[in-house]
Amino acid sequence: MSEITPDVVEAHGLSPEEYERVLRALGREPNLVELGIFSVMWSEHCSYKSSRLHLKKLPTEAPWVIQGPGENAGVIDIGDGQAAIFKMESHNHPSYIEPYQGAATGVGGILRDVFTMGARPVANLNALRFGRPDHPKMKHLVKGVVAGIGGYGNCVGVPTVGGETNFHKAYDGNILVNAMTVGVADTDKIFYCAATGIGNPIVYVGSKTGRDGIHGATMASADFGEDSEEKRPTVQVGDPFTEKLLIEACLELMSTDAIVAIQDMGAAGLTSSSVEMASKGGAGIRLDMNQVPCREEGMTPYEMMLSESQERMLMVLKPGKEPMAEAIFRKWELDFAVIGEVTDTGHMVLEFDGKVVCDIPLAPLADDAPEYDRPYVSKEEYRNWAGVEELKTLPESGDIAADLLKLVGGTDLASRRWIWEQYDSQVGGDTLQLSGGDAAVVRVHGTKKALAMSTDCTPRYCYADPYEGGKQAIAEAYRNISAVGGRPLAVTNCLNFANPQRPEIMAQFVGCLEGMGDACRALDFPIVSGNVSLYNESKATGGGSAILPTPAIGGVGLLDDSSAMATIAFKGEGDTVILIGDTAGHLGQSLWLRECHGREEGLAPPVDLTLERKHGEFVRKLVTDGRVSAVHDVSDGGILVAITEMAMANGIGARLTPSAQSSNLAAMLFGEDQGRYIVTTSEPEAVLEAARSIGIVAASIGTTGGSTVSGPGFSVPLSDLREASDAFFRNWMGN
Amino acid sequence: MAFRSAVITFPGSNCDRDMAVALEQVSGTPAIRVWHGDADLPDGLDFIALPGGFSYGDYLRSGAMAARSPIMQAVIEAAGRGVPVLGVCNGFQVLTEAGLLPGALMRNASQNFVCRTVPLKVENNRSLFTSGYKAGQTVHIPVAHHDGNYFADEATLDRLEGEGRVAFRYAEPVNGSVRDIAGVLNEAGNVLGMMPHPERAIEPAHGGSDGRALFESALKGLVEA
Repeated sequence: MSEITPDVVEAHGLSPEEYERVLRALGREPNLVELGIFSVMWSEHCSYKSSRLHLKKLPTEAPWVIQGPGENAGVIDIGDGQAAIFKMESHNHPSYIEPYQGAATGVGGILRDVFTMGARPVANLNALRFGRPDHPKMKHLVKGVVAGIGGYGNCVGVPTVGGETNFHKAYDGNILVNAMTVGVADTDKIFYCAATGIGNPIVYVGSKTGRDGIHGATMASADFGEDSEEKRPTVQVGDPFTEKLLIEACLELMSTDAIVAIQDMGAAGLTSSSVEMASKGGAGIRLDMNQVPCREEGMTPYEMMLSESQERMLMVLKPGKEPMAEAIFRKWELDFAVIGEVTDTGHMVLEFDGKVVCDIPLAPLADDAPEYDRPYVSKEEYRNWAGVEELKTLPESGDIAADLLKLVGGTDLASRRWIWEQYDSQVGGDTLQLSGGDAAVVRVHGTKKALAMSTDCTPRYCYADPYEGGKQAIAEAYRNISAVGGRPLAVTNCLNFANPQRPEIMAQFVGCLEGMGDACRALDFPIVSGNVSLYNESKATGGGSAILPTPAIGGVGLLDDSSAMATIAFKGEGDTVILIGDTAGHLGQSLWLRECHGREEGLAPPVDLTLERKHGEFVRKLVTDGRVSAVHDVSDGGILVAITEMAMANGIGARLTPSAQSSNLAAMLFGEDQGRYIVTTSEPEAVLEAARSIGIVAASIGTTGGSTVSGPGFSVPLSDLREASDAFFRNWMGN
Repeated sequence: MAFRSAVITFPGSNCDRDMAVALEQVSGTPAIRVWHGDADLPDGLDFIALPGGFSYGDYLRSGAMAARSPIMQAVIEAAGRGVPVLGVCNGFQVLTEAGLLPGALMRNASQNFVCRTVPLKVENNRSLFTSGYKAGQTVHIPVAHHDGNYFADEATLDRLEGEGRVAFRYAEPVNGSVRDIAGVLNEAGNVLGMMPHPERAIEPAHGGSDGRALFESALKGLVEA
């Protein structure tokens, strides 16, 4: 009697139609090991079956791109024979179930993606979305996630330098934990995953394989049900100490010429790593499962292939290099086992106790993977469904000072110090700036170059208008990197969306990607790596079921000379405050409208990509020429919030004297028109003239100095602003 | 005369490179990197540094397993001969676990990891590590630790204070340390353990260079000796 019943197929997350494909690929019924392998390889998480069609449309090339999507991480040239290697990845569902381990292993996984390619990781960033702070689980989730990110990153000794954290009820039942790692390698020491060389040994290194995380990839590919708590055992447990040893051992081996190919065991563990290595190399693979180092006795090949135990790598070595490689891994007290070899069969063959327990032709496993053109609604239908319309009434502010205090103390803008202080942001001695301002900046060790990095997305814009929201996420990363003086080079992303089988959700996905693609093209800011996380919706809690569309962007740029770097803090009294960019007073979907009027309404602000590029280049030149003393981009909360953040950073106030008074002061101060920057300078005439000469709108709007932020009819002491900013986390977390 | 310094790397050390960079920047001579599994230290050392990090993942107790590494026997002997030994953060934890310094470092009172630049008061500027500071001077040096909450019994604390062995004190609450102690010296004054990271405050790019004087003091002590 067959062990593969329809129930078994369904439990593996395969649809009947997909199971038919399995039968066709094999030409026979699979056994349980084979079914397990198909199920994880064809899960949404590993196969990108709903997203692949649209991902293909993203721009991925530029002269400085060494490796685009398709490898463990993206690689860009940063000059002098050096490369930056980076990627962002989600660990959303595990983090909701077990926040500490979920977040920690998310960091561990993305670190491995980067050092697998030969890079020493130099910076970690993250993008976090939580639900309402007063949701009964949220404090526990925030504490666990932050401790987990810190617990892992601090121990491996990679500074956590940037990130963003937002709160919205749409994430009540499904938080987002996206982690990004950036590393630096020599361009002639970059490692790829294609297994080649018939007979070359396949080597397993790192931790032993346990029963943890079996079917994690399948869990990450389904909606969250009422039973999410019961899935705790599918969350992996991280060991950052072993990861640190693995980083050092791998980099030590990589400095020799022993490695043909290397791949980390991430989602779907040994299955996806071995299948990907063999498929990329156009080869076959034979593994002796009795040689796999196991943590527990009696583990079956099925369990070994589907385990997601952490801190493991698979390598193909050149023949004869095993003893030297083994000595390095033993020195670092790590497991090392030759578990198989590269073959020319085009099949993945697994043997256990002298029997063949799996024999899958690799080509159909990759080529016949399902790909879906999921239906999506038109922009018009989407707008109706989302209930988005132009603002009919524009409120005014009765009290600018009170509104400013409310914004600065609100959940999305309040000081994140409580979070930041739990991350070691300084280890390595090269951290020049954290992303509390605009981009984080980390020096390339031993050089005067520095990498500028930023994670960005404004989900409320993406919900109101997926296309403009997608554009805006890319544009904001571009802006944040430009604001510190960096040249934006490339992007990684983490595309978090709800259930793609709903046409409205699929419309969000398609719209955001179109916007991102257009922005990347216009800004010469290609996408070199990324990750898609779908099915982010939950029926488990009272909040909104689907998350807001959240295409988190991780931008990377380069400063040729880090000594020219700009920061947001006002540097002294009497500098002129200049606003670059045009202000129409766009209040739709603004933070002010939400925080001060409880209205999540209106159209998302449009992004003019031509101006975006022009303004970015102009600001960058001001910074590198040393003509500005402080720079900040204008984003959530508009001009007044931007200026307030610049003032609070150094305890120097500002007086605003806008020349052209808008009829609606709130729209002018809190509107979220895009493509704008605030700069301060001691040579305003020269800066304004430089702007005028190339047709850029720029205006002097005030002066730095004093201990208040003031303007027409309002004045707020910095001490009150700081207190408002600090109060949220202090009151919530109690310390 | 070249300044001959060594930085020990334990499995899980992660500030070893930063310490070596700082020693080289201040002294002009590269530090020698020493593996924990070695039984012997290089000859003729002028300075030994135990760096920060998470040796053995902080499993069991922070510093407990590293304190039993083969190299620690050699470090203990060198300390006995008067070679200056600096332990920073995890290195401080290792020194207490190895019995070279009194007291213990417990989990921070907040239960959270803490990373920020803190004000420190220089309590003793007569030691070979602190002679470059003024007594009572306030300096700013980053901390980054989860287990920095110093504890010792009252009698030990009184003795430490009486003998001028409290090198640095936090000038604001940081981690719950008893009597705000941030760094302590051994009886002979040639072993210093401290939670703050002087190697992270060497150059303007670090946001401050108050840590530099600590290494300069040791260097100057060598020249004058």
